[in-house]
Amino acid sequence: MSNAATHTEPLRSNLAVPDQIDEKTGLPRENYIQDGGKGLKSWLLTMDHKRIAILYLITVVAAFFVGGIMALLIRLELFLPDEQFFNADQYNQLFTLHGAIMIFLFIIPSIPAILGNFVLPLQIGAKDVAFPKLNLASWYVYMLGAGITLISIFTSAADTGWTFYTPYSSSTSTSVIPMTMGVFVLGFSSIFTGLNFIVTVHKLRAPGLTWFKMPLMVWGLYATAIIQVLATPVLGITVLLLTLERAFGIGIFDPAMGGDPVLYQHFFWFYSHPAVYIMILPGMGIMSDLIATFSHRKIFGYKFVAFSSLAIALVSFLVWGHHMFTSGQSEIAVMIFSFLTFMVGIPSAIKVFNWTTTLYKGSISFAVPMLYALGFLFLFTIGGLTGIVIGALSLDIHLHDTYFIVAHFHYVMVGGTVMALIGGLYYWWPKIWGRMYSRTLGVFAFLLVFVGFNMTFFTQFILGARGMPRRYFTYVEQFQPLHAFSSSGAMVMGLGFLLVAINLWWAIKHGKPAGSNPWGALTLEWTECTSPPIPHNFKETPKIEYGAYEYDRVIPTMEKQG
Amino acid sequence: MDTTATFWLPVPASTVAQDIDALWSFVFWISTFFFLLILGMMIVFAIRYRRRAGDVERLDKGPSHNNPLEAAWIIIPTLIVLVIFVWGFRGYMKMTVVPANSMEVKVTGQKWFWSFAYPEGASSVNDLVVPVDTPVKLLMSSQDVIHSFYVPAFRVKRDVLPNRYQVAWFEANQVGEFDLFCTEYCGTSHSDMIGKVRVLSKADYASWLEESTIGAEGMDPVELGRKLYTAKACMTCHSVDGNPGNGPTFKGVFGHQVEFADGSSLMADENYIRESILSPRAKIVAGFQPIMPTYQGLLKDAEIDALVAYIKSLGAESE
Repeated sequence: MSNAATHTEPLRSNLAVPDQIDEKTGLPRENYIQDGGKGLKSWLLTMDHKRIAILYLITVVAAFFVGGIMALLIRLELFLPDEQFFNADQYNQLFTLHGAIMIFLFIIPSIPAILGNFVLPLQIGAKDVAFPKLNLASWYVYMLGAGITLISIFTSAADTGWTFYTPYSSSTSTSVIPMTMGVFVLGFSSIFTGLNFIVTVHKLRAPGLTWFKMPLMVWGLYATAIIQVLATPVLGITVLLLTLERAFGIGIFDPAMGGDPVLYQHFFWFYSHPAVYIMILPGMGIMSDLIATFSHRKIFGYKFVAFSSLAIALVSFLVWGHHMFTSGQSEIAVMIFSFLTFMVGIPSAIKVFNWTTTLYKGSISFAVPMLYALGFLFLFTIGGLTGIVIGALSLDIHLHDTYFIVAHFHYVMVGGTVMALIGGLYYWWPKIWGRMYSRTLGVFAFLLVFVGFNMTFFTQFILGARGMPRRYFTYVEQFQPLHAFSSSGAMVMGLGFLLVAINLWWAIKHGKPAGSNPWGALTLEWTECTSPPIPHNFKETPKIEYGAYEYDRVIPTMEKQG
Repeated sequence: MDTTATFWLPVPASTVAQDIDALWSFVFWISTFFFLLILGMMIVFAIRYRRRAGDVERLDKGPSHNNPLEAAWIIIPTLIVLVIFVWGFRGYMKMTVVPANSMEVKVTGQKWFWSFAYPEGASSVNDLVVPVDTPVKLLMSSQDVIHSFYVPAFRVKRDVLPNRYQVAWFEANQVGEFDLFCTEYCGTSHSDMIGKVRVLSKADYASWLEESTIGAEGMDPVELGRKLYTAKACMTCHSVDGNPGNGPTFKGVFGHQVEFADGSSLMADENYIRESILSPRAKIVAGFQPIMPTYQGLLKDAEIDALVAYIKSLGAESE
């Protein structure tokens, strides 16, 4: 059996045969875009996980561009020291909004709510998520939270930094309460998605799809969901306490009222450190799918990659104190937090080694999604290794709250998560819309993003190590050339992201029909679903006979339509 | 001993800097090695195993797992990070445990300047003066929000909190001037909350102390006021060119009518200036926030006189 070269044999009824292809559009006649109902109302009241994914796609990408424009304005201001385009207060509001929008409105929902919603049920052979109404509710809660947050922008935008550290946040005159209440509401959206995914993975896998046959994307989403459900309530409580303190003068964190500001930091990071893994774990899931599919290789060390996600999810709850090495914790506390920080790095290293080894003896295609996977490997490795630098206590004292930290987390969040998100969007775009984008423009935009990113943020490692503090509106003269170089890189990167969006937008209407399995992937969304899929995904429940990446047993049929 | 800045790190000017820089180099080269290893494998595999015609029609013959290899890349990195962990922790303890014979300076952070009180009774603003080769203990607290005391050249940083004392220490081993930054975001002029650490030879330090405790007697009060305007960080919020900052400009204030937030107004005279320095929140100028901290205890009478004289001179210039 294992030696036989079997082609994938999907249930033929699940794939569009030629007479079911619309000659005019080149797409299957029946698909969720056309058959889920017409008009705005059919989208706003949909319970189809695929359509909810599209709703999230629109709003989350909008948040990314708003936050991105703010980033560009910040870099513009920092091109030269002193006041250029904004005054100090406006600058402080800009970096606060950039951080809050990117974290709470963009990166936390990004991969789970867009790509997770779209592909999770497809990848496990389910008709939908376990609770479709809860799924739609999560989007409305997201919109409500986003709306409340925006109130802050239009009244007098908060200037606290996205971390809302007390007692600054309890004493500033800007409108902090809409921002914290927005974050509070957004948390529920995240919890709803996480809860839904956990139940879906446990209860709705197709017959024969055992845990170790699942795509690693599903493992990544599952590990993420655990953190979403367990950690997000703590953030909710924290921002609620902060709101109570500001609104009613109940002393919890503000020492002027008998509170403790360091307690706030503990509460805040107890959520926000695990949240870092809410951001990166789904990206790691995408990475595994991309590396295996575009190498046509069984992923190396499947179980190590899968369990390392769970290990990260668990240990991530125990390292929050490493954000507070200069806050004045006891020596024993900083020692334990430093030790555990190094330990949480190991599972990420395991993944990187396994992904790299998967390339060995593969059949490597340089399709656009794969460029992002290789870009991720490059950038995330730098992000991870610089994490080792600041995990070391004595080094962190020097580097804490400098641009080194800024560079480190952008390498992980943008170099990791955003690269994975864009790679994933390019990968599943033909499945979502049934059409293919321009490869040439895709490659060009990738190069702009990759080069621009490194110009922007590698420079900031140097700035930080030399002592440039973060959240500075102006700076001493010696840092000017590096700041100018970093700002130039940001413009290149911004142009790259814009071209990515144009390419994908263009493909929705004008791209060539992509076919059900253009990449020769082995996971169910490609082997058993049309592009775009039908409203209930599968005509017949698929039977699972091989694992997600068993290229050693199965040769995929690269199906192209049109 | 290397006493100059490298490509990555600023001048190592304290006794702990050497050890921290050595750990930096260790981690830097280990990281560079692993990064090049991953990158090298990626590039070699990507070229060697790029897709060729007919590839997709054959089964994957590569290995799918290898337990000894997995064990190797779990155990080796774990051992390496354990070394880094122990090294970093030992360095941290050296930076934390204050030597018994330290000279103690009281550091106060407030929006948006640093003030320092020395054991001999001297005080300074945004200008920490210390003798070389002497351990200095900093006993730090904040008057308002959290600040953070950071001297890159000394590799020392500690958050400064409003509700408890924080302690840091350093022993400068180079004479010179070094940047002092606030690294915990503290509002509007966070990036102006910067100063200098001046490391003097022991003899120079002694004469500085003498000079600053006696005061600059015999100096023209306007000249002294002009110096204090910078030295005591008035300049962070108050301009002398007529432009409003976080606080009103000094230009043309003296002898003119000032409108207050509560609707009242007053002719700015010597007593108004004095009150504004010592109890700044007694009268708030219309259009500004009550954010200025008191300078009670930070200025001697002669210095207040000098500042009044300086502001007076700015009033006269505008006419």
